[in-house]
Amino acid sequence: MTSADFNILLPEIVLAVFAMAALMFAVYTGKDRTAPAILWATAAIFLVLALFIGINGDGAQAAFGGLFVDDAFSRFAKILILVSAAAVLVMSHDYMAKRDLLRFEYPLLVALAAVGMMVMVSAGDLLVLYMGLELQSLSLYVVASLRRDSAKSTEAGLKYFVLGALSSGLLLYGASLTYGYAGTTEFAGIIGAATAEDLPLGLLFGLVFLVSGLAFKVSAVPFHMWTPDVYEGAPTPITAFFATAPKVAAMALFARLVHDAFGGITAEWGQIVAFLSVASMFLGAVAAIGQRDIKRLMAYSSINHMGFALMGLAAGTAFGVQAMLVYMAIYVTMNVGTFAFILSMSRDGRVVTDIRALNQYSKREPLKALAVLVLMFSLAGVPPLVGFFGKFYVLRAAVDADMAWLAVAGVIASVIALFYYLRIVYYMYFGEETEALDSGMAPTQWALLMVAAAVMVLGVVNLFGIEGPAAAAASALVD
Amino acid sequence: MVGLEHYLAVAAALFVIGIFGIFLNRKNVIILLMSIELILLAVNINFVAFSAYLGDLVGQVFTLFVLTVAAAEAAIGLAILVCFFRNRGTIDVEDINVMKG
Repeated sequence: MTSADFNILLPEIVLAVFAMAALMFAVYTGKDRTAPAILWATAAIFLVLALFIGINGDGAQAAFGGLFVDDAFSRFAKILILVSAAAVLVMSHDYMAKRDLLRFEYPLLVALAAVGMMVMVSAGDLLVLYMGLELQSLSLYVVASLRRDSAKSTEAGLKYFVLGALSSGLLLYGASLTYGYAGTTEFAGIIGAATAEDLPLGLLFGLVFLVSGLAFKVSAVPFHMWTPDVYEGAPTPITAFFATAPKVAAMALFARLVHDAFGGITAEWGQIVAFLSVASMFLGAVAAIGQRDIKRLMAYSSINHMGFALMGLAAGTAFGVQAMLVYMAIYVTMNVGTFAFILSMSRDGRVVTDIRALNQYSKREPLKALAVLVLMFSLAGVPPLVGFFGKFYVLRAAVDADMAWLAVAGVIASVIALFYYLRIVYYMYFGEETEALDSGMAPTQWALLMVAAAVMVLGVVNLFGIEGPAAAAASALVD
Repeated sequence: MVGLEHYLAVAAALFVIGIFGIFLNRKNVIILLMSIELILLAVNINFVAFSAYLGDLVGQVFTLFVLTVAAAEAAIGLAILVCFFRNRGTIDVEDINVMKG
């Protein structure tokens, strides 16, 4: 319990103290009138902390006797989490204010969820993993039902809560078995007990339960049931948040758990993760074909993308982790841009989520339609856009790890998925004439949409140099 | 003599009952919350039994954390349930069906 330990935790402590202080401030002063100020302040703090972590971080340090680990891997994930959460907050302001949803609790719950995610990705112990995960989940249950006078939003919150609590239960049961058979909850101790030569059956069961609990959080098939309903029911800015930062945190936690605690039995969990990956890629591709609601469609799209990210993980190599991190960074950028556009979809001020409302959009808004086209092609993984390189990375990781069948399955799934992305583009460019969508778009949303689309085009040069940090992060995790 | 395996068997039984309670229950959301509590109870029994068996305190510390978080979780779950009831006037599991597909 020295000050050195607290120094390592400084970003988390700052964010947690800020959230609590701002909560008290808002309650005792203007309540919801302070909400815009708190929203901008939270986004600013996210960015400052991301900058701080990026500049200040150096090497690998452990705090509190290995409970909390600060290394290149956790820093990469934290920066991604903070920047994407800030982007979502910034673009949600206009939507929330117009629909009387801008309550001061919203940015603060996002901040608390971000603290939970930062703890998750730095966990060096099952207890810390659980506490971080619950801080994140409990905040997310509340924000999912933020629009408390809407049947859809509360239903989304209820479904998310029940299935989320179930997944925490599975994860905890796995943690208890792991503790019993490894004799410790520290990752550093578990990896010594979980060796390929002498693997207790209880430990294997513990691993399976832990992986299923985490599969819920990354919405991998067969634990994906909550995703479409929660995405559809929650207010759109919340959906945008669900699709970005928590996915990064859960994937990073997944990688940390399987490599730090179970790194000795790669073959055992590699099979499970490969199965999750194939099932997610195919279900995400096939089930989205019949969807008319763009938020549900994005839910299946994210299931599909999680399948690809898990493919990198299934390889079980340092390059696989690097591919997963690069993939997640690209995925988050594409989703921020796409949701910035979805947030602006309205007709006479009312939210529209039907994709047929996009008919002939290109005639009225050529620039925005072009940006959405770029994002859709990139989501589908059409070369030469950045989304293709993300897919290429994970496919190469799978092939290098002698899992060519997995790569082939991925290619087939991405061809199927191409259909529904192209359909949105088809509606925009060749659809029948319908009533026009509102043309207005908040400047922040417009900027994020254009930046994301530009990144997808310009990033082909060198992926903005993300490979270096991702490789460093991966080598911090896998020796 | 009651040994470790007996505790583990009870915990496994409670865990399975909890899981079945979530998936088979068609009546009331409150029963879902009770099933979740049952799962967490099974986990706690596991932790305490292992802790006593191993002579290691970490398991009991973990149990205290789980209890605390379970309380917070139940509070949030009930709050969401109250909001849901105000909108729909029912908490039957069969009526959680605005969104499908």
